[in-house]
Amino acid sequence: MRGQARKESLSDSRDLDGSYDQLTDSVEDEFELSTVCHRPEGLDQLQEQTKFTRKELQVLYRGFKNECPSGIVNEENFKQIYSQFFPQGDSSTYATFLFNAFDTNHDGSVSFEDFVAGLSVILRGTIDDRLNWAFNLYDLNKDGFITKEEMLDIMKSIYDMMGKYTYPALREEAPREHVESFFQKMDRNKDGVVTIEEFIESCQKDENIMRSMQLFDNVI
Amino acid sequence: MAAGVAAWLPFARAAAIGWMPVANCPMPLAPADKNKRQDELIILNVSGRRFQTWRTTLERYPDTLLGSTEKEFFFNEDTKEYFFDRDPEVFRCVLNFYRTGKLHYPRYECISAYDDELAFYGILPEIIGDCCYEEYKDRKRENAERLMDDNDSENNQESLPSLSFRQTMWRAFENPHTSTLALVFYYVTGFFIAVSVITNVVETVPCGTVPGNKELPCGERYAVAFFCLDTACVMIFTVEYLLRLFAAPSRYRFIRSVMSIIDVVAIMPYYIGLVMTNNEDVSGAFVTLRVFRVFRIFKFSRHSQGLRILGYTLKSCASELGFLLFSLTMAIIIFATVMFYAEKGSSASKFTSIPASFWYTIVTMTTLGYGDMVPKTIAGKIFGSICSLSGVLVIALPVPVIVSNFSRIYHQNQRADKRRAQKKARLARIRVAKTGSSNAYLHSKRNGLLNEALELTGSPEDEHLTKTTSLIESQHHHLLHCLEKTTNHEFIDEQMFEQNCMESSMQNYPSTRSPSLSSHPGLTTSCCSRRSKKTTHLPNSNLPATRLRSMQELSTIHIQGSEQPSLTTSRSSLNLKADDGLRPNCKGSQITTAIISIPTPPALTPEGESRPPPSSPGSTTNIPPIGSNIVKVSAL
Repeated sequence: MRGQARKESLSDSRDLDGSYDQLTDSVEDEFELSTVCHRPEGLDQLQEQTKFTRKELQVLYRGFKNECPSGIVNEENFKQIYSQFFPQGDSSTYATFLFNAFDTNHDGSVSFEDFVAGLSVILRGTIDDRLNWAFNLYDLNKDGFITKEEMLDIMKSIYDMMGKYTYPALREEAPREHVESFFQKMDRNKDGVVTIEEFIESCQKDENIMRSMQLFDNVI
Repeated sequence: MAAGVAAWLPFARAAAIGWMPVANCPMPLAPADKNKRQDELIILNVSGRRFQTWRTTLERYPDTLLGSTEKEFFFNEDTKEYFFDRDPEVFRCVLNFYRTGKLHYPRYECISAYDDELAFYGILPEIIGDCCYEEYKDRKRENAERLMDDNDSENNQESLPSLSFRQTMWRAFENPHTSTLALVFYYVTGFFIAVSVITNVVETVPCGTVPGNKELPCGERYAVAFFCLDTACVMIFTVEYLLRLFAAPSRYRFIRSVMSIIDVVAIMPYYIGLVMTNNEDVSGAFVTLRVFRVFRIFKFSRHSQGLRILGYTLKSCASELGFLLFSLTMAIIIFATVMFYAEKGSSASKFTSIPASFWYTIVTMTTLGYGDMVPKTIAGKIFGSICSLSGVLVIALPVPVIVSNFSRIYHQNQRADKRRAQKKARLARIRVAKTGSSNAYLHSKRNGLLNEALELTGSPEDEHLTKTTSLIESQHHHLLHCLEKTTNHEFIDEQMFEQNCMESSMQNYPSTRSPSLSSHPGLTTSCCSRRSKKTTHLPNSNLPATRLRSMQELSTIHIQGSEQPSLTTSRSSLNLKADDGLRPNCKGSQITTAIISIPTPPALTPEGESRPPPSSPGSTTNIPPIGSNIVKVSAL
């Protein structure tokens, strides 16, 4: 679990190389963040809002609070947690997209309610709900259309998670080609963008996608 | 993957929804959660303190004791909890590791106790968190040093004979406590260093006048005496240096070492002086060379550890000293320049040039203030006062660093010394503990066999002799007894062994045998002789004599003669009691029982085995009244 070498120098001396202001400023920042604390709504309300049982909510909250004692996740934390599952590649870009998808009110932080709401849709929602959520994830600027550039970003972030050591070796054009095939499948009217209706319709026609959507039934 | 985020795995799996629509091939099947039982609380009872946690928390680390099925060995069916008979304080840290994924090392905990606990729970200490890792490593290093120290000293005591003459000499030089000769040499050289330094000093003292009203220094008045002293000292130093050079394991490295350079510099002036006395031109230079004789005082650093530490400190604080020097130089130049220009105007000022002002600046900054150069103008006085104030600051800054360095190194050395001093006491404690336990065994052996023998005779008396030993003790003693049986040897205590050794050497004089046997505290020989006389009574008499003797020792018990002086107090008291209690029995029955005697040296010392059995007549005279009706009873 420990890979890094231990350095024996004092951290203070490194800070002293710069100006003193750096030292005091960074310390102040740390204190600010840790004093913010968020408490979720009551268990009953959450039970109404989501499709989880009481026990499931308890388990989810315990895990959530363990990693984020302050009650909210900011983007850095989110990325760091997610990267622990993908040690080989770089999952930070995909984690950012996920963060934006979970952060429904766009306030820069994901509270437990956001977290549980997202999970509820993915794990307990209908197939249509799930597809909706996926579309929301892909639509980076939330304008209702998935453009090729947006899709390319998503695809690159997914391929980044693979890392360098893959078989067969990753080629530069692989994401682009993948995007092309995606658009061929999804873009009915060939106008270069995918709308929500096109997306859901195309997915419902694809057996693989339908089957894979059912994987999420048993995650919790 | 850190266990702390294991709780987020469902989230990560849910986030995979983003891959599904873009995937071209079907996804693999998800692993089925067969026994999807609810997460349950398990109770961990550690020495009475109950800890509770979720089962899944512990299962985060499946290769530790608590995370694997190994903990089932500790499951207590009656109370339905896992019981560990370990330290609850350290368990707190261990459990926190499962909960948070970080292992902390509490500072108040002993490092070896902590390591033991970690080893028990199957946790590698390498995963200690960064916050506590430094402390842990420091303590571990200290402990390792301590162990190494112990090992070294043990090895030192053993490896003496294998060293060559050269190596012994080197060891004697480096560590004067190894032998008396080394200690003598140490003190002699120290004395001569002191003598040499004192002569150098006294040489220059004026003592008395010579007709002509000229004050002469003692060096010139008693030139011959001083020269002889000097010669003697230099002779000793030269011999010492050559001996060290000869004994050094690596001569090249020795020549380059600081101490040897000091040695050379200390004796060189004398030899150069010898060579050059006749040449008048360089005699001036020769006189200067005598200054180097003062370096002899540095030879004291071999004799004083404090001096060595000081030298080492200065070496290790080289950067601080360098900074001190640099900042002082900077300040001196600045202030000297300022003072020069300030005092330029005043008449008859001593500040004739900037370098001349250096002297004033140095004297002022170090707050010496000789007063031979003082500023006269107002500007000069103002700058002069600023100069003295800043001098104090500049000098005071690096000094605490040097002091703390010195203190740290000094304390480290003290620790090593203290450990060495305590080692004797510690070893004595260990020895006492060891002998205590072996004595307990011997004691109980006698008791045990006596009890068995008493039971055989059905004697109602001497109940008080039975000492209640705990079950563990009795089992331990049984174990030792089995070992004795296996090896056909017995345990005895040190005193007996030494006495028996003495006896065995005494045994070689047959003339003195009989009186010595009776009066000698070596009871065992008499017993042995008695036994050998009675060999025919034993069923296993077909064994060879030596083996027989040992078998007899193990299997026979007989009365201790009361005329045998007490060997160990416990034995003697036992003897008396036994004798008192058993005498009525002796008279009555044919079978007499007695306490087992201490096993004989013949079994243990090689010469004993080959020794022919001592003559019996002397021995039988010892115990005439009892010997006749002794029949050996096998205790087995």
